[in-house]
Amino acid sequence: MTMDNRRKILMVVAALLAVLVITPFSGSYVIVLVTHALIFGILAMSLDILLGYTGLPSLGQAAYLGMGAYLTAVLATRYQFGLDWTFWVVVVLGILIAAATAAFFGLFAIRATGVYFLMITLALGMCVWGLAYRWNSLTGGDNGIVLPPRPEFGIELADDVTYFYLVFGFFAVSLATLYLLVRSPFGHSLVGIRENELRMRILGYNTWLHKYIAFIIAGGYGGLAGVLWAQAHGLVSPEDVILATSVDALLMVVLGGPGTLVGGAIGAGIVVFLREYLSTLVPWWQYVLGGVYVLTILYLPGGLMGLPERIRGSRMPAAVAGEVKSLPSVSH
Amino acid sequence: MLSKIARSLSWGLVAVGLAAGTGMSRESGAAQELRIGFLAPTTGIFAQIGKDMTNGFQMYLDEVKGDFAGAKVKFIVEDEEGKPPVGVRKVEKLIRQDKVHMFIGGLLASTGYALAPVSTRLKTVYVASIPAADDLTQRDSAKFPLLVRTGWTSSQPNHPFGEWACEQGYKRIVAIAADYAFGHEVVGGFQRAFEACGGRIIQKIWPPLGTIDFGPFIPTLKKDADAIFTLMVGPMSLQFPKQLASAGIKKPVLGGGTSYDEFVLPSMGDEVIGHVSALQYSAALETPRNAAFVKKYREKYGKVPSYYSESNYTTAQMIHEVMKKTKGKWPGAEQFVKLLASIQLETARGPVRLDEMKNPVHNVYIRKVERKKLHGYAKDELWNSVVKTYPNVSQFWKFGKAEFLKQPVYSRDFPPCKFCE
Repeated sequence: MTMDNRRKILMVVAALLAVLVITPFSGSYVIVLVTHALIFGILAMSLDILLGYTGLPSLGQAAYLGMGAYLTAVLATRYQFGLDWTFWVVVVLGILIAAATAAFFGLFAIRATGVYFLMITLALGMCVWGLAYRWNSLTGGDNGIVLPPRPEFGIELADDVTYFYLVFGFFAVSLATLYLLVRSPFGHSLVGIRENELRMRILGYNTWLHKYIAFIIAGGYGGLAGVLWAQAHGLVSPEDVILATSVDALLMVVLGGPGTLVGGAIGAGIVVFLREYLSTLVPWWQYVLGGVYVLTILYLPGGLMGLPERIRGSRMPAAVAGEVKSLPSVSH
Repeated sequence: MLSKIARSLSWGLVAVGLAAGTGMSRESGAAQELRIGFLAPTTGIFAQIGKDMTNGFQMYLDEVKGDFAGAKVKFIVEDEEGKPPVGVRKVEKLIRQDKVHMFIGGLLASTGYALAPVSTRLKTVYVASIPAADDLTQRDSAKFPLLVRTGWTSSQPNHPFGEWACEQGYKRIVAIAADYAFGHEVVGGFQRAFEACGGRIIQKIWPPLGTIDFGPFIPTLKKDADAIFTLMVGPMSLQFPKQLASAGIKKPVLGGGTSYDEFVLPSMGDEVIGHVSALQYSAALETPRNAAFVKKYREKYGKVPSYYSESNYTTAQMIHEVMKKTKGKWPGAEQFVKLLASIQLETARGPVRLDEMKNPVHNVYIRKVERKKLHGYAKDELWNSVVKTYPNVSQFWKFGKAEFLKQPVYSRDFPPCKFCE
């Protein structure tokens, strides 16, 4: 088991290193896309804490991205704050404001489960969108806010490669900390809640509190993604906070494989590249993306991360689809 | 185990390498290629407008067989979905991957505000053929040295329109307009000019963008007003006149140009006959140049050109004119902007030149919707008949540039509604 686990970690590290080494030598558009994918990877991983580990399907994750992004934009344009080393302060503030929003929203959302949780998070997410759209004096309404050039403090973030390194760093740290989180006793209790909340409660866990804390943590990481997104894109608009962004995040997790962390990041990469490349090639790209989602859900309920296990399963004639999960891990 | 890692690594390498390869291969184009990126919504609720935009540009390209004075035009259309962030992403793609010399278009005013900074950041020419946000060529103009507007500012046609309303003897007008930047700027321009000649705006109502049920708004319109000024966009344009008519209101209706644009006019009914609007173009313009344009466009695409088509057709014409001066050589971004800004041209909309802030000075037409035969077509159809022409109108109208720029940009609260009751 530990051997298998170490191998998985090694593979992830190797893949990350590959991205780190190869990206700077790609075309400048690819660098931008990889940066976008990493940022959405953070968002998807934050959602995975809720969806994959705690079993809470949230449709409002864009709200936290929006809080982080709008905070960055408002501070930069109104107070010229965060244009030098204070960028780091903005990162912290972005995480805090998103976490605080999640703490507030959580009071309403956590009491519900399943579809009801979905609907409440959707509604709360739309509230943030409504604010972004209608609070003209602060958010610029429909026009959104255009940010000044990226911060400089010895390091020039305006340079796309430098900014890629920065985002990569944040991504790696997010992945590592979230991994530690889900491996911790707290993370295990979240999985316990996902599997059988009633039993956890009977065992004496305060499941409400556990879910509430998970919700806040997910919000915080969403805020981090928001700060990075605002600086990457140079524009914050209500379109970023709209339901479609939340749905995208959800689909990234489902596509990659919920409950795997890395899956969300892979899903983010695939969605970003598919969307940006396909949409320049064919006008009916949305059908392709839709088709990919449908096929994944129908044939790969475990997402792409479930693929190796599935292949391994089909190689063994004795294995029946339903039993794949209970197979002992085989090391080749 | 190691071999497995190596295998997955090599797959990653191949994938990234492929992606990088497609990015690089465009670099080595022939020197005489002019790469033009074009942003229009080709999916979503604005898809039809996007088609009009693309068709306009494409028709000019077809006329000259894709050849601008020796430069082969590579025309790359990207779908901006009517969303500013998508527009920004597509421009990044156009500039970084396709290495375009310039990008054109975008639909909404908000998209214009989002794209202009990208042109500055990535040092690429942006030709705003449709986005009419005032400040792009007014107070923020200095921030966007590589932006040229070939379309219009939202308030531009509505300044003379305000004066025209005074001439008709209207004293008190109520305004009802879509609640976003474009609506605010259209109403603002009209109000300022109308009140400058003694008129009064006595009420302003702002239905949200996308409203299709005007039931809550129409009954609140002041009964003693002389006329109604309206600005509607998209599906709102269709619904408002219908519901106004069925509410039995027979007051004269004035409107911003997009309310009765040819893009939506054929789907309208007799309820809009007599409505008056102001814009720099009308398909009903009876000049030989425009008649030929309308006929050719209609033959090719099966519908009457809208201002969205005309504006992009004219933009192509202007770019061609610049390339004639440089004999097909790309002169560099700054020089291109300079040359484009100095163009004077006869176009389908009439004579066009650009002012020193790179916004067109052109005729503004006051247009009344009429059902009649025109341009030799056999059927009676709705047309925006031109009832008065204000020649060579600049974005500053008669207010003077310096004084005009001192005031804030038109908004929900500016000019203040001092005669509101």
